[in-house]
Amino acid sequence: MSLASPDTTAASVHAPNGARRETLLEVRELKVHFPIYRGFPVARQVGAVKAVDGISFSVKPGETVGLVGESGCGKSTTGLALVKMNPITAGAVHFEGQDMVHSTGEHMRQLRRKIQMVFQDPYASLNPRMTVEQIVGEPLMVHGLAQGAARRDRVQELLRVCGLDPRVYTRYPHEFSGGQRQRIGIARALASDPIFVICDEPISALDVSIQAQIINLLEDLQEAFGLTYLFIAHDLAVVRHISQHVVVMYLGKIMEVAGSKTLYDQPLHPYTRALLAAVPIPDPKLEKKRERIVLKGEIPSPINPPKGCRFNTRCPLAQAICFEEEPAPRQVGDGHYVSCHLVE
Amino acid sequence: MATTLRDLRLADARVEPAERVAERKFPALHALRELLADLVSDRVALVGAIGFLIVLLLAATAPYTADQYTKQNLRMRLSPPALTIDGEFNYHYLLGTDQLGRPILDRIIHGSRVSLLVGLGVVSVTGLFGTVLGLLAGYFGGRVDTLIMRWIDIQTAFPGLLVALTLLIMLGPSLQNMMFALMINGWMIFARIVRGVTLSLREEVFVKAARVIGASDLRIVFAHLLPNLVSPILTIAVMELARIILAEAALSFLGMGIQPPESSWGLMLSDGRDYMAKAWWLVTFPGVAIGLSVLFINMVAGWLRSVTDPQQRFKKASKEA
Repeated sequence: MSLASPDTTAASVHAPNGARRETLLEVRELKVHFPIYRGFPVARQVGAVKAVDGISFSVKPGETVGLVGESGCGKSTTGLALVKMNPITAGAVHFEGQDMVHSTGEHMRQLRRKIQMVFQDPYASLNPRMTVEQIVGEPLMVHGLAQGAARRDRVQELLRVCGLDPRVYTRYPHEFSGGQRQRIGIARALASDPIFVICDEPISALDVSIQAQIINLLEDLQEAFGLTYLFIAHDLAVVRHISQHVVVMYLGKIMEVAGSKTLYDQPLHPYTRALLAAVPIPDPKLEKKRERIVLKGEIPSPINPPKGCRFNTRCPLAQAICFEEEPAPRQVGDGHYVSCHLVE
Repeated sequence: MATTLRDLRLADARVEPAERVAERKFPALHALRELLADLVSDRVALVGAIGFLIVLLLAATAPYTADQYTKQNLRMRLSPPALTIDGEFNYHYLLGTDQLGRPILDRIIHGSRVSLLVGLGVVSVTGLFGTVLGLLAGYFGGRVDTLIMRWIDIQTAFPGLLVALTLLIMLGPSLQNMMFALMINGWMIFARIVRGVTLSLREEVFVKAARVIGASDLRIVFAHLLPNLVSPILTIAVMELARIILAEAALSFLGMGIQPPESSWGLMLSDGRDYMAKAWWLVTFPGVAIGLSVLFINMVAGWLRSVTDPQQRFKKASKEA
C-alpha cells in the first residue's frame, strides 16, 4: 500500500489537456480584513484589521514556497485563508485552476482533501481525548476513505512513514514528546493524500535538536509523495534551506519575492535586508564584522496602515515619494519582484 | 541472514498478546472490564459506588422491604430506636417511630425513591437541555448566543425557590409538578458553563484542524467538543444532584412537595421539627440519609471525572507503576 500512488500525483500536476500545469496555487490580490464593530444597540462597522491587504503569488507543483515576515505581518492569516479558515474579503484563489473562494459544500470538501495543514503548536493541535488512531484516522473517516481494519492499517502505515512506531495507535497525545506529536500532526495531514500542504511554523514550537528532524521528515515526505509546500516561518535559515522561492511579507503586503538563492545573496528591498541582517552568523569572527540594520519602533497597526509604502515608518532609506505613493511590485529579475520605489 | 533489532521488533509485533486479542474481539466487554478494575483500585470511589448501589437497591425493593411505611400505631408513637418490639425482632422499628407511630426506617427507604427520582430525573433533563442550549450559544455565537444568554439572565434574576413555589401553588403540589418546577430553574447553570467552555474549545487549534480536514459541524460538536465537556458537565451534574435533593427536601418541608401519607426525606424533616427536643431520631435519620447519599454520589463522581479524562488516567497509572 502506498500513500499516494505515482499515477495520481502525476495526474494532478497535468492539466486535462495533458500539458503540464504551470501553477498549482494562484493567489491574486488576496485580502483578509477583520471588521471591527462598535456601538449599542445597533453596531456599526467602524473599521477593519487589514491583516492581509492584497497579496499575489503563485506556487508551482512540487516546489516549496517560503512565506516569511515578523509577527503580525499576516503570514499565518494568509495560510489559514488558503484553507478558508479565515474569511476572504476580496481577491481570487485558484487551486488546480479551480476557484476556491466561491466553492462550498461537496466541492469544497474535495478541495479540503487535497489541501492540508500542519500546525505550529503540536500540544494544542491534537485533541487530548482522542487516541492516535482516531486523530490520524479522522481525515479517512470524514472523507470516507477507509473503514475498520483498512483504516487501522492505513493509520499504522502513516505512522511508520512519519517515523513513529506503528503500534502506538492506541495511545493518547499527552504520552508523546513535542517532536513525536508533530509527527502525529504530519501523519494526520498526509492521511487524505493531499497534494498541497501548508506548514504554519511547523517547527517554531519545537526544541532546536528536534527541528532538524522534522525538517528532514518534511523533505523526505515531499520527495516520496510529490508534495507541494507553503512553508510559513520566521526562521530565515530554515526557510532558505527548505524553499525554492521566498515571499517576504510586511504588514499585510508582499515586499519582495525571489528565488531562495537570489533573495539571500542579493536582497533588494530594505526590509528584506534588515531581516537578513538580523540573522546571526555561526562564526564569531564573521559575526563581529556583521553589518547590522536595526529597525526602529514597532510594526504599525494594521487597522491604520501608513499612507504610501507600508514600511515607510521604519525604513532607513525612506524618501518623500515613499510617504505619498504605494510602490507596485516590479520585476527586477527572473521571478524576482520588489515593491520599493528606491530599487532600480 | 542476521537477525536485526528491527526484525525482532516486527516479529514481536506479529505475536499478539491474549489481552490484545480480547481487546480486538470484544472491545465493549474489554473496556467494561478495564473500567471495573480501575474502580476497584480506587478505594474512595469503590465505597461510594457500593453505597450508591445499596441506596438504589433499597429504593427498588421498597414495596417489599419497607411495606409498613404508612402503618400508623398511635400506641407506639415517638418510640426510640429499638431492635425488638414486644420481645420479637422487628427490623422495621430499628430507627424508631414518628409522631403517628410509623416506622422511620420504612419511611426513609420509601423517601429514597422520591429523592432519587427527583434528583436523577431533574438533573438528567436539565443537564441535557442546558448542554444543548449552551453548545448552541457557544458554538454558533452571534444572535443565537445573545438570545439564549438573555433568556438565561432573565430566568436567573428570579429566585429559584420562589419560582418553584409559585408554580406549585398554581399547578398544585404533586411529584410530577415538583419535578417540573425544579427543571424550570435548574438548566441555566449547565447552559452557562457549557457555553463558556465551548467558547474556549471552539478556538482550540485541534478544532481548527478538524475544520481543515473537512469535518462537519455535527462531527466537531460530537467528536471534539462533547468529549472535552464531559468533565465540567459531570462536576455540575453532581453538585446539582445534591442541590436538587435538598431543594426537594425544602419544597416538601414547606408543604409544596410530597404530600402525606407518602414520605420523602424533606417531608420527614419538616414533620420531625416539632418533636426535635424530645425525639431526636425523627430528624436525625432522614438528615443522615440525605447527607450519605450526596456523599456517595460525590465519591463516584470524582472517579467518573478522572476516568473519562485520558490525561488523568495516564497520571494515575504512572503513579501506581
